[in-house]
Amino acid sequence: MEGTAVRGRLTWQTATVSQLVDETATVRTIDLQVPDWAGHQAGQHLDIRLTADDGYRAERSYSIASAPGEPVAITVERLEDGEVSPYLTEDLRQGDQLELRGPIGLYFTWEPARDTSPLLLLAGGSGVVPLRAILRYRERTGSTTPARLLYSARSLPDVIYHDELDHYNQDRGVDVIYTLTRQQPPGWTGRTGRVTAAMLTDIAWPASQNPLAFVCGPTSFVEAVANALVGLGYPPGRVKTERFGATGAPGGP
Amino acid sequence: MSPPFSRGFHRRHQTPAGEEGRVPPGQYVTQDFPVLSAGPTPHTPTEKWTFSIKKGSDTERSWTWDEMSALPHENVTADIHCVTRWSKLGTHWQAVSIDTLLAQVQHDAGFVLAFCDGGYTTNLPLPDVTNGQAWVAFGYDGAPLPPEHGGPARLLVPHLYFWKSAKWVRGLELLDHDEPGFWETYGYNMYGDPWKEQRYAGD
Repeated sequence: MEGTAVRGRLTWQTATVSQLVDETATVRTIDLQVPDWAGHQAGQHLDIRLTADDGYRAERSYSIASAPGEPVAITVERLEDGEVSPYLTEDLRQGDQLELRGPIGLYFTWEPARDTSPLLLLAGGSGVVPLRAILRYRERTGSTTPARLLYSARSLPDVIYHDELDHYNQDRGVDVIYTLTRQQPPGWTGRTGRVTAAMLTDIAWPASQNPLAFVCGPTSFVEAVANALVGLGYPPGRVKTERFGATGAPGGP
Repeated sequence: MSPPFSRGFHRRHQTPAGEEGRVPPGQYVTQDFPVLSAGPTPHTPTEKWTFSIKKGSDTERSWTWDEMSALPHENVTADIHCVTRWSKLGTHWQAVSIDTLLAQVQHDAGFVLAFCDGGYTTNLPLPDVTNGQAWVAFGYDGAPLPPEHGGPARLLVPHLYFWKSAKWVRGLELLDHDEPGFWETYGYNMYGDPWKEQRYAGD
């Protein structure tokens, strides 16, 4: 395994909000200026720390939404019973400052020079965020690695990065397949319902092509998808997962 | 330097009254039991399951599921702390103490590397897995441990961040030196003390 070298401590730094983009009714992308950002890999995450005026602090992990080489961005979904996400999606303004540290996590990462196998990306809801970083990186590097994204969303208006993903689909040879679980627009001819083993049998690259799968979403989604891929002959080591539970925290072990 | 204050941000998660001292810095209490792991959940049937203590390539001692089940079990109540910031207070486990297992092996190890189905490993100093601080857990809340939570058996080392409580554990390798395991190789802390917020390498 790589990465055994001792790395320095990840220090907290002050970042400034440079832009806010509403992706859906409940999801916002936050572009950040980070003066001493050391760079990141596609798929990594970072920690945000907020301090209230009474000194109360809260930290959360968020997947990095931007590609390596781009300014840091995160995409945050508002959780109604959350503590940090309502602030980040509703109260934060351009020019505001907050603390962050990162990048974190060296396993759930994609590097085109290293990972040349067909890429299978499986997103449940806001689990698309680190997978979008991977697709942006594929775009930036001009990689021609075959890539396929299956994205499970509640409805079409809940699809994050819709225009960008359609661009990858139309112009960059990425197969982008949506499955809408709760509501479909009139005349929808695409897939519906949760991702099933049968759906994956249609969509997943055959195991014989030695594909590399990245699965990110809620636990029930990741469990079902990862189990189905193993059932299709994917070696467990070729299925990288990132899960978030009911607490909405993405990320680590 | 004082941190930037976030206007309009305020505490929403209250720590249950009287339990503030049980929640390490940077953690919040959850009633859920979130699941986090790097790959698919292994499903090892108990008739194929063994737990081994190894030294190098030698197996010093190995237990089948039935042999392990016959060892004295303890009911362990513990607060657990995940590096992703949730803490869960007062969890109940049914488990065999690592002391019970190591008592059947001659050794002078300083560290162990726990190994698991799925290829996971995690490193622990020997003093952290002895003296009633670590267990192999088979039951949670009186029921068999579900696979997504590490069943049939996981390590339970509640005084360290919960990734050290390796899921799907199959044994311990005795070592005379510290060696990073899976998450430790991918950027997480070698020791993982939640009270010192040792989340990542170098913390």
